[in-house]
Amino acid sequence: MSATTAVSDHNRASASSVRQRFATFARRHPTVVIGCALLLAIIVGAIFAPWLGAVDPTAIDPVNRLKGPSAEHWFGTDRFGRDLYSRVMHGGRVSLVVGASVALLATLIGLAIGLAAGYLRVVDAIVMRVMDGMMAIPAIMLAIALIALSKASIFIVIVAVTLPEIPRVVRLVRAIVLAIREQPYIEAATAIGTSIPRIMLRHLLPNALPPLIVQATYICASAVLIEAALSFLGAGTPPEVPSWGNIMAEARPYFQLKPAMVLLPGLFLAVTVLAINLVGDGLRDMLDPHLARKM
Amino acid sequence: MHFFLIRRVLAAVPVVIVVTIFVFALLHLAPGDPAAIIAGDLATADDIAKIRAKLGLDQPLLIQFLTWVGQLLHGDLGNSIFSAHPVSQLIGQRLEPTITLTAMTLLISITLAVPMGVVAAWRVGSWIDRVVMGFAVFGFSVPGFVIGYVLIWLFAIELDWLPVQGYTPLARGVGPWLANIILPSVTLALAYMALIARITRAAMLETLSQDYIRTAHAKGLATPAVLLRHALHNASVPIVTVIGIGVALLIGGVVVTESVFAIPGLGRLTVDAILRRDYPVIQGIILVFSGAYVAVNLVVDMLYTVLDPRIRY
Repeated sequence: MSATTAVSDHNRASASSVRQRFATFARRHPTVVIGCALLLAIIVGAIFAPWLGAVDPTAIDPVNRLKGPSAEHWFGTDRFGRDLYSRVMHGGRVSLVVGASVALLATLIGLAIGLAAGYLRVVDAIVMRVMDGMMAIPAIMLAIALIALSKASIFIVIVAVTLPEIPRVVRLVRAIVLAIREQPYIEAATAIGTSIPRIMLRHLLPNALPPLIVQATYICASAVLIEAALSFLGAGTPPEVPSWGNIMAEARPYFQLKPAMVLLPGLFLAVTVLAINLVGDGLRDMLDPHLARKM
Repeated sequence: MHFFLIRRVLAAVPVVIVVTIFVFALLHLAPGDPAAIIAGDLATADDIAKIRAKLGLDQPLLIQFLTWVGQLLHGDLGNSIFSAHPVSQLIGQRLEPTITLTAMTLLISITLAVPMGVVAAWRVGSWIDRVVMGFAVFGFSVPGFVIGYVLIWLFAIELDWLPVQGYTPLARGVGPWLANIILPSVTLALAYMALIARITRAAMLETLSQDYIRTAHAKGLATPAVLLRHALHNASVPIVTVIGIGVALLIGGVVVTESVFAIPGLGRLTVDAILRRDYPVIQGIILVFSGAYVAVNLVVDMLYTVLDPRIRY
């Protein structure tokens, strides 16, 4: 009896302390909380679009073309009479999938190359020259070149946006490895015969992880922007898959008559990137106090 | 000094070589037969074979590469598949709008963003600082083509102060040119300004905490002199570095902005080339843009020695 009271008391105490800690955190980093809330809303909206009033985003209704907002079509309809609200909600899926995949892929590949370049002197010189060369080609141009020669698909877009992001990760990881590899504990680990893969995994990786997570967030934001720009230019997701970029591109001829057709998907895009950037800033402040003070 | 210049120029050579190999390899890295994709869905086997021969794709890879590099060294970027004009000529015709747009953007960004960063660092934690930092996050997040359409809607459609789209060459007068170039420049400048303001603030915060700044204040120097002569001068190396690196951002932005504002520059040429799958043109533009990026960063590196005489390579 007394034992169960003690446990429930303890639970209540920890629940209130969690709430308290969250309140303190929210006061100290209000932008992070706003960013997380916005991002969560956008993710929920994209996943549950069909239950949030979205209909088939490709359903054509030629009679109701270019209609303004109404109870039936919340954002109006496009030039084929397709429901703009549904298209915008479904468009979020493309942006989020591309953003998350690129962040994950670029980070993993960059991490592997960066660890190798930082730790193995032989690889370093060659890898870094290749990375310098890749960084000299503007990201959008590199992606355009890759896409121009392939059949349009989301997979190709992911690959094309990932490639130019890799050098940034490699440089970051390499810089961290170079700073740590001379530390006495790495020397000690080498002296007792720890293998190189094990040193990388157990000693270098944990040190590289916090800044890497921050970097991955920024890459995600950048990938969402580049995907939208590519689709807007006609070199991104195929026309049959609605994405914020190609919805804007299709609405361009009607911009002077119906600015909302272009501006609404643009607003969703801007808010999404803003939310991801705010989360990134917050993660940076939490994980790397030194950097936070400087930036 | 001369020795250093030569070494720095030599250091750019491997970068240029990697870019060249990369741009060449793109054609071969892409899945599928490039000739078939360029020819389009309606092409016959004969058409594809013709394009393959025209691009030299029937030759061994090494021969293709050497021929291509040999032509490059003579300034020959090949011919457009679509119009058969030399790529270098097509690029030359489109240079003016892109260069004036970029120059205007640089002018706007640097003259506004550096003072913003300086004031934010000087009054760190104040409302001015918060406004500048808020602007920086905003500038990073809102894509250029969205800003562009908002500006067009506001200044060209609602207020009717400026033309909606298009470009007037400088030769036809500065006034008409400015009327067309101002909105795209501001559009393009926003992200770049965010970048510069942020790094200026960070670099200034670093130098403002140094002892010599306190000394300068203590000996009674006026605040502007301390901020500009002592702090900003010493903070200039990272700022100039970011201005150089940011040129990559600017180039990506040019392509999108020119498309929004219907400016007939290199960006528009790129978009047209994508739609027509005109691969030699795409390769040529990437080479020109990358070359510009390498050149700008070469100049930036050389500026280091002017800004900070301690730096020697």
